[in-house]
Amino acid sequence: MEKRVTFKGWLLPMLLLLPQVIITAVFFFYPAGQAVWQSLFIPDPFGLSSRFVGLGNFEYLLGDPYYRASFVTTAVFSGLVTLVSMGVALYLAVLADRLIKGSGTYRALLIWPYAVAPAVAGVLWMFMFNTRVGVVAWYLGLLGYDWNHVLNEGEAMGLVVVASAWGRISYNFLFFLAGLQAIPRSVIEAAAIDGARFWTRFRTIVWPLLSPTTFFLLVVNVVYAFFETFGVIHTITSGGPQQATTILVYKVFKDGFVGQDLGGSAAQSVILLVLVGLLTVVQFKFIERRVHY
Amino acid sequence: MRDGMVENRGAGHWFTHIGLTIGVLVIFFPIWLAFVASTVSQPEIVSPPMPLLPGDQFFENYRKALVSGVNAPVALMLANSLVMAVGIAVGKIVISLLSAFAIVYFRFPGRRLFFWLIFLTLMLPVEVRIVPTYEVVASFGMLNSYSGLIFPLIASATATFLFRQFFMTVPDELAEAARVDGARPMRFFWDILLPMSRTNIAALFVILFIYGWNQYLWPLLITTDPSMNTIVMGIKQMFPSGDDVADWPVIMATSILAMLPPVIVVVSMQKLFIRGLVDSEK
Amino acid sequence: MATLTITDVKKTFGKTDVIHGVSIDVAEGEFIVIVGPSGCGKSTLLRMVAGLETVTSGEITIDGRRMNDVEPMDRNIAMVFQNYALYPHMSVFDNMAYGLKIAGTPKAEIAERVAQAAQMLQLEPYMGRKPRELSGGQRQRVAMGRAIVRKPSVFLFDEPLSNLDAKLRVQMRLEIKELQKRLGITSLYVTHDQVEAMTLADRMIVMNAGRADQIGAPLEVYANPATEFVAGFIGSPATNFLAAETLGRSGVARIGVRPENASLVAPDQGLANGTLLFAEALGAETLLHLRLTGGEMFTLRQDGTAPVPAEGETCGIGWDRVRELWFDHGGNRVRQAG
Repeated sequence: MEKRVTFKGWLLPMLLLLPQVIITAVFFFYPAGQAVWQSLFIPDPFGLSSRFVGLGNFEYLLGDPYYRASFVTTAVFSGLVTLVSMGVALYLAVLADRLIKGSGTYRALLIWPYAVAPAVAGVLWMFMFNTRVGVVAWYLGLLGYDWNHVLNEGEAMGLVVVASAWGRISYNFLFFLAGLQAIPRSVIEAAAIDGARFWTRFRTIVWPLLSPTTFFLLVVNVVYAFFETFGVIHTITSGGPQQATTILVYKVFKDGFVGQDLGGSAAQSVILLVLVGLLTVVQFKFIERRVHY
Repeated sequence: MRDGMVENRGAGHWFTHIGLTIGVLVIFFPIWLAFVASTVSQPEIVSPPMPLLPGDQFFENYRKALVSGVNAPVALMLANSLVMAVGIAVGKIVISLLSAFAIVYFRFPGRRLFFWLIFLTLMLPVEVRIVPTYEVVASFGMLNSYSGLIFPLIASATATFLFRQFFMTVPDELAEAARVDGARPMRFFWDILLPMSRTNIAALFVILFIYGWNQYLWPLLITTDPSMNTIVMGIKQMFPSGDDVADWPVIMATSILAMLPPVIVVVSMQKLFIRGLVDSEK
Repeated sequence: MATLTITDVKKTFGKTDVIHGVSIDVAEGEFIVIVGPSGCGKSTLLRMVAGLETVTSGEITIDGRRMNDVEPMDRNIAMVFQNYALYPHMSVFDNMAYGLKIAGTPKAEIAERVAQAAQMLQLEPYMGRKPRELSGGQRQRVAMGRAIVRKPSVFLFDEPLSNLDAKLRVQMRLEIKELQKRLGITSLYVTHDQVEAMTLADRMIVMNAGRADQIGAPLEVYANPATEFVAGFIGSPATNFLAAETLGRSGVARIGVRPENASLVAPDQGLANGTLLFAEALGAETLLHLRLTGGEMFTLRQDGTAPVPAEGETCGIGWDRVRELWFDHGGNRVRQAG
């Protein structure tokens, strides 16, 4: 797509681009390049010089059981976050779609969590499940369940998943609702007349017609779980207990800033870059195809 | 007309409302609990279970949080967050408008290259290049500064891409008419393109404001001075290390204050917000 | 095949009454057309029969069984929608087979019934295509096919031809009529097009603002409209309505004269005088638009071969007084004595 009308000259457009170019170069391309560069070196213990190790950092990482464990943790974590937040959102959207009156009110209420920062969401959920003062933890105790996400790895994972998924429900809900409302009413009615009851209609008509939305949300939510949940993890578990909730982004932070392992951390960044790249490709492939059923 | 739709016969209608109400209540519960905690006293919280209805310490807790806080007054952190969020939103919109205008309305050498570079930056969050970015900012002496908070977060071209998409839909006749009328490029930009983009700009502002306000990792890294803390990252800093008991009412008041501005923006500008969301994902 | 009764059916949305009580008994195999302007409640009535809208009061039965609270899928009906409502992600075959699959019909029988319908509708070459790969007329046929394969007891049509171009509409109209006759399925057909109504209906319901103004065979409705509205709505060009006092009559409010019942005569020799404003020559017939001395407009239809006066010329207009349609102030028909 090109514009038919263009203005003359090259100096003005260059000037217009300048701020963007400078900022992107300095704060985006240079650091990204640095990450790639640093990933090829190991600094000496005094930080005075560094030694070129080629792909050594990567070899070391891929051989490191902690890093491999972090991969699994990330996969489990993002899988669960995506599943929980999309599941709840779809359930609520299907209900809201059945209303004409009042669906606006529910929507206005359901978009709140979107505005809550992941880190704040983490604090809210940590407060509810706090082993000393948490209300939910206390009531669970009454029921005879001894909740302790500080020590129990499964509970820690459960809590960060729920806190992360919670903030994402709004977003998924809005897209699911829009997707549902884009399905022509008469198609649903035709199915009803053809004998399909609610579940059959959902399974054979609504769900297939919703699949472009679902696929889009799948990718976006995985990306969210990968990168934007740092605040949740940091506030609730700090990656623990042991490594149970150390997802890849958290590990970049921990190894780079807490552990001061610049080479390793940079190599991790590069691996994340590749992962994001892959997800982007998947997403663009899908956008190309999404007009078709 | 959809009221009379097949499923809504009798009881089904009520199940729908009940289902949604339960959903809303469950989703709201964490926020409600935080609000309650911000209105009661510390002893009421540390001897569980805490009450589930608001207490009478509202003013006391919020005053304490705003004026003294734990490490820094929360009022100061709010101001920092505001500067950061508005800075990111405005900064990104301004540079993106300019560069999108250049890319769409001019032909110059390297134009395609610029376009692809922009494309490259589309999906890389700051978290991925965190260590080197930190070094760059540190080397510029921008730690503990607003510019250090803002610039790295506007260094991607998502908004440029959006505006490009929008400018492409602006009818060619408008630019032709402007040229016939003798308008120079910047005149056209200022008098025609900008007013036409008003809704898009507003929608993007809503999204970017929330994005900026809710940043956590970046401010955590570069604001070591409590007086530069933003509110979202400041909350975690209010927890004592070791076994000391946290000042829950003040922390929860801070949490409520931290979510208030974005919630107000989202709820009061719902239409723009939804539009912004949909636009920025296309 | 089934009988269908609608007894004093009413519908309100919130506080607005949209249907004020409609009743009709439909015989087995009868083709009923509900016709009326937009907003008259005709689609709502159809959707109540389908079970897509609740019935506020009154009763709908199919084969004597009360249907008011029966779900659409349990009514054994089939419906053709205005926008066809085809399942966009399914092939033509799957679209037609969907209802049968849900009903658990054996595969072989599904294939056979779909093939039969496809043959009847000349859809065989398109069975593997998706709806978006079909033309408007083909989609229309698929929607028909989907209705046919289920062998329903009642067919419902909701303005099925209004999305087609004029030529295709005439063709599909004939096909629908022919198909309905062949299958003999009781049908309810909603349209705003009075030509469709006249040509398709065994009987028609003329609806006006939520009321059935008249129910009857097309020619009966044409010849004997029950209300001023029906007289104006059915027949093209529309009936001329003249204030009774301009013709020097009393006892009625308005007098309707169909354009085809009037003819030109010498000035002052007829029942009214008017000047010709313009003439529309359509070939087989010519429409003359005149302004009467009283200022009212009058349309007159004459044979295409008849002489046409010059525009601006004053002519006399005559008609057979026996064929006048008389209406009172409420718009209701007043029968002529004798």
